[in-house]
Amino acid sequence: MIASLPRPAWLRAATALYVAAFLVFLFAPLLIVAVFAFNNASYPAPPWRGFTLDWFLGSPTSGRAGLFHDTQLLGSLWTSLIVAIWVTLLSVTVGTANSFLMERYRFRGKQLLSILMLIPLVIPGVILGISILSLSSRVAELLDDLLGLDLDFLRPGLPLVVVGQFSYIATIATLMISARLKRFDLTLEEAALNLGASHAAVLRTITLPYLRPALIGSAAISFLMSFENFNTTLMLVGSDAPLTVMMYGRMREGASPVLNAVSLFLMLASALLALSLMRGGPRTSAGRPGPAST
Amino acid sequence: MANTLALPLPRAWTPRLILTLLLAPALLWLVALIVLPHMQLALLSFRERVAPHEYEPSLGQYQTFFAEPLYWQVFVRTAVLSVTATALTLLVAFPIAWVITKVARGRASSLLFAICLIPFWVSETVRALGWLILLRESGVLPALLVKLGLTAMPPELLYHDATILTGLVYTSLLFMVVPLVSSLESLDNSLVEAAYDLGASGLAILRHIVIPHAAPGITAGCIVVFMLCLGNYLTPNLLGGKNSQWFTELIYTQFIVRFNWEQGAAFGFLLLGLSTAIVALGLRMSGQRFVDVMRRS
Repeated sequence: MIASLPRPAWLRAATALYVAAFLVFLFAPLLIVAVFAFNNASYPAPPWRGFTLDWFLGSPTSGRAGLFHDTQLLGSLWTSLIVAIWVTLLSVTVGTANSFLMERYRFRGKQLLSILMLIPLVIPGVILGISILSLSSRVAELLDDLLGLDLDFLRPGLPLVVVGQFSYIATIATLMISARLKRFDLTLEEAALNLGASHAAVLRTITLPYLRPALIGSAAISFLMSFENFNTTLMLVGSDAPLTVMMYGRMREGASPVLNAVSLFLMLASALLALSLMRGGPRTSAGRPGPAST
Repeated sequence: MANTLALPLPRAWTPRLILTLLLAPALLWLVALIVLPHMQLALLSFRERVAPHEYEPSLGQYQTFFAEPLYWQVFVRTAVLSVTATALTLLVAFPIAWVITKVARGRASSLLFAICLIPFWVSETVRALGWLILLRESGVLPALLVKLGLTAMPPELLYHDATILTGLVYTSLLFMVVPLVSSLESLDNSLVEAAYDLGASGLAILRHIVIPHAAPGITAGCIVVFMLCLGNYLTPNLLGGKNSQWFTELIYTQFIVRFNWEQGAAFGFLLLGLSTAIVALGLRMSGQRFVDVMRRS
């Protein structure tokens, strides 16, 4: 019942209880991960054996290789970073171009194109992955047969991972930037042009600054979604595993608290990203991540 | 092909050139990464290898799917569990969305909403790790149960269907809470008050006022959550272990492990077909357009 109506005491209590249980459900897994990053035991399980920083700082010689000495994990963190930077650059650039295209121009087939742009969001990530994998290896085969070219980037590996993630993150960037461009007051551009500004100057000094919050927001979301992507990446990955794939592999072998340590690091990084987004600029749709698990 | 801006442009061909330049990346993206790959996938699924490097059109892969009980049973199981997970997510998310929009006020409301979104900034892998540590036999929850004297031995809470459902609901909550909150926000409180004053019971208000009003949000949330559950790999695989039997795992096995791309492609299309069918059904039942639903979520 809504706040302005009388609510019996039992209903108030039940509501409070439900909200509390819901919050426990939401945060218990995250809290547990964080806590066991500091447990002084070689397996992330109870009981609590005391506080240690070994899982961050431990050297390989002590038998407990901490996160900062685990070259494999650090390497995959770096790989994820590189992939995410590429995906972000591509998605925001293409997303911006798409927004201008869809908001400022009329052309034949526009309706079809706008539907097509949304399609990547409804295709399961696994299928995006296998379809791109099968096309790229078909193209690689053809080039090899016809021209005798052996192109490495068409084989499973990081270039394909970037392309696969970009294929649906571009949609999200497009939606976020379009939403802001739609609300833009065109008279601002007209006034600047009447006063003698060139088109390039108008774009640089008026339109792009206006879009800035959306550009930053979509860049952050693209980065985050690329960094966290698993399904598409799993299908396209070669020998260099990004962090999510590496963690998945390790989790299947049996957990080590190093995974908790790297998870805690990830949580802090996303918290930082979220906070800086919420503080900077007016509120855009950047306040929430999109469908991160597709 | 007209520029919608009534602006003086330097030369007549400029708008057309700019339009072409803007169209190029969009077309390149959609054709090269979405349309062509799926056409190739379709081709793969409808051919059969008769000799090395020789292929014939065939429905063999699809026949295998129906002939082999394991395959279609996993398919049906994935669909049923995904529907169950979607329904559970709606049940869990609705009261919270209600509290956020109608019970809590001002800062408390926006704070609660923000708190609900926090876990989803964290990678699904990390969240799955959390559930593993919580639920496995040597984990936190079984230890707690033993300590409380509820069981003598720590029970294995992983590798059950209920575990998979818990994990799916957990990863899906955000995509239900957000559309529910936005559709409940626009519900005028005075409607609820009027119904109450006229003597309607809570259940009647829910049925005749709240649910009809929130229907677009409910549909949007359910569609997105269902698609995400169906296409999920990580959560069923890690929380369900060998018993998970999720359809995406079959696709992975065919493609990556067995290298039987033709079969994997056919499985991929079956999954895509199921996902599309359910989305279309949901849209038809609620009379909404695809574009609006996607924008809303």
